[in-house]
Amino acid sequence: MIDGFLALYIFMLAAFTGYEIIARVPVILHTPLMSGSNFVHGIVVVGAMIALGHAQTPLEMTVGFIGVLLGAGNAAGGYVVTERMLEMFKSSKPDASKAASREAKR
Amino acid sequence: MIWLPSLIKACYLVAALLFILGLKRMSSPRTARGGIVWAGYGMLLAVFATFFLPDMHNLGLIIAAVVIGVGAAWWSGKRVAMTDMPQMVALYNGMGGGAAAAIGAVELIGYVRKLQATIGIPDTSPLRPEAWAIDALHPVVAVVALSPIELALGVLGALIGAVSFSGSLIAFSKLQGWLDKRFVFTGQRALNLLLLAAAIVAGVLLVSGYASFGLIAAFFVLALLFGLMMTLPIGGADMPVVISLYNAFTGLAVAFEGFVLGNETMIIAGTVVGAAGTLLTQLMAKAMNRSIGNVLFGSFGASGAEAQAIDGAQKPIDAADAAVMMAYAERVVIVPGYGMAVAQAQHKVWEFAQLLIKRGVKVKFAIHPVAGRMPGHMNVLLAEAGVPYDLIADMDEINPEFPATDVALVIGANDVVNPLAKTDPASPIYGMPILDVSNAKHVIVVKRGKGTGFAGIENALFYADNSRMLYGDGQAAAGELVSELKTLDT
Repeated sequence: MIDGFLALYIFMLAAFTGYEIIARVPVILHTPLMSGSNFVHGIVVVGAMIALGHAQTPLEMTVGFIGVLLGAGNAAGGYVVTERMLEMFKSSKPDASKAASREAKR
Repeated sequence: MIWLPSLIKACYLVAALLFILGLKRMSSPRTARGGIVWAGYGMLLAVFATFFLPDMHNLGLIIAAVVIGVGAAWWSGKRVAMTDMPQMVALYNGMGGGAAAAIGAVELIGYVRKLQATIGIPDTSPLRPEAWAIDALHPVVAVVALSPIELALGVLGALIGAVSFSGSLIAFSKLQGWLDKRFVFTGQRALNLLLLAAAIVAGVLLVSGYASFGLIAAFFVLALLFGLMMTLPIGGADMPVVISLYNAFTGLAVAFEGFVLGNETMIIAGTVVGAAGTLLTQLMAKAMNRSIGNVLFGSFGASGAEAQAIDGAQKPIDAADAAVMMAYAERVVIVPGYGMAVAQAQHKVWEFAQLLIKRGVKVKFAIHPVAGRMPGHMNVLLAEAGVPYDLIADMDEINPEFPATDVALVIGANDVVNPLAKTDPASPIYGMPILDVSNAKHVIVVKRGKGTGFAGIENALFYADNSRMLYGDGQAAAGELVSELKTLDT
């Protein structure tokens, strides 16, 4: 178990980290970033695995099983859709040369 | 194997690091692709390490659940069309919330079971299966009772997770078109507040030691019901805010359950998402000039005030004239909206834009922050069609450019270009920042019919002197524009 105050410090620092990461994100990336953070909280699958791993009665096992099922769905689904969306942004990669030629035209 | 616990801890640490670095990389278009892959490795590492935790039972069940969950989500995530992304994000997010709630449920059930086994309260709950008697015969040696603060956070996380779960499922159903009616009745807000209060009372009772299986069940039913009732009255146009909010909710729920389980990675990842999601929700709400509370509990579009009557008529234009107008323009700004997504018109629109660019027209795409059903929804669709992101401008960037724009082509956008948001205080969208397309020299609006938009609000833009209406389905209209342009060239 974690000491309560230590956990509070973790909460605090992580909250600032999250805030800083997203504070200056271009609108273009809002969707991938939202679905990306959606994937990251898929870490809940680990918690559900621990809960199911310690479950002792049929009821606990059933609820834990559902938890792992949902958590795994969150992680896998979140990954796939984010990856698919970000894949598309790759296509505009040669924009450095394009931007340069546009500058030249001006 | 004295090093095993440390090794597992190290894996969790690296996973947390990869999540944060991954999210950081995702915040820039250049490195975004790598970011999700990094975070993915972090997830694999964390899941793998969890199998080696001490005292893990039910490994077969765990593996089965992981395989089924991953398989189903992977399959559905690969198949879904880009236009349907918002509801899939809502669905996966709801699953995460449900998982957090399930963790809370398992912990609470175990807590009550151990408590009753130690103190020896006979359980009268009908939920009690006979198998539990075995456990009661061997009272847990050291009752791993949760500390009050762990209990409280566990209950809070379960509440938030359950609300996020049922709420996200409703959001999913709405976006999927299974629930296209807004469900509104008088006294709704009072009922919702009552449900929330009841859920909180049940939660407080659980924490303060009146725990029983019946109470746990009641607590979850109330929490799920609240999430459901809270989301039902919210309209589709507000979904970007709602999805983003539930994303933050799930993050927080995961962080709280992480505290209960003593898992630092869950605390870090959950809190980072919670904070990021809260900020994103605020950005969305600000783009609509509404508070988050107003989105959730306000009755949008139901203000009693009479809206301004609009004089004039909508003036139609045919595709040939519209194409000529844009072909000989110097600057064209294309404003896509949700209607483009519905019509799957993004590829045709980009084809049209490319033809214009080839003729020397300066083309830009202008995107309102809440266009579509998810933050950045339009950007994703345009990227799918192959539009380079340097051609896409956001609201602050493009608004000063409209007066120098010859033609603004509005495809499937409505409320986000409605000048009434600036001029009519009685309008429900009054005060919402809009794209000032009416400042362009000419406006061409592609629209399916003469009706009002999603919010049911008349749009003054359609009646403006410099506006012309090109009626038709977005994809068909864009297709016509393309073929008209091609005949110009030959």
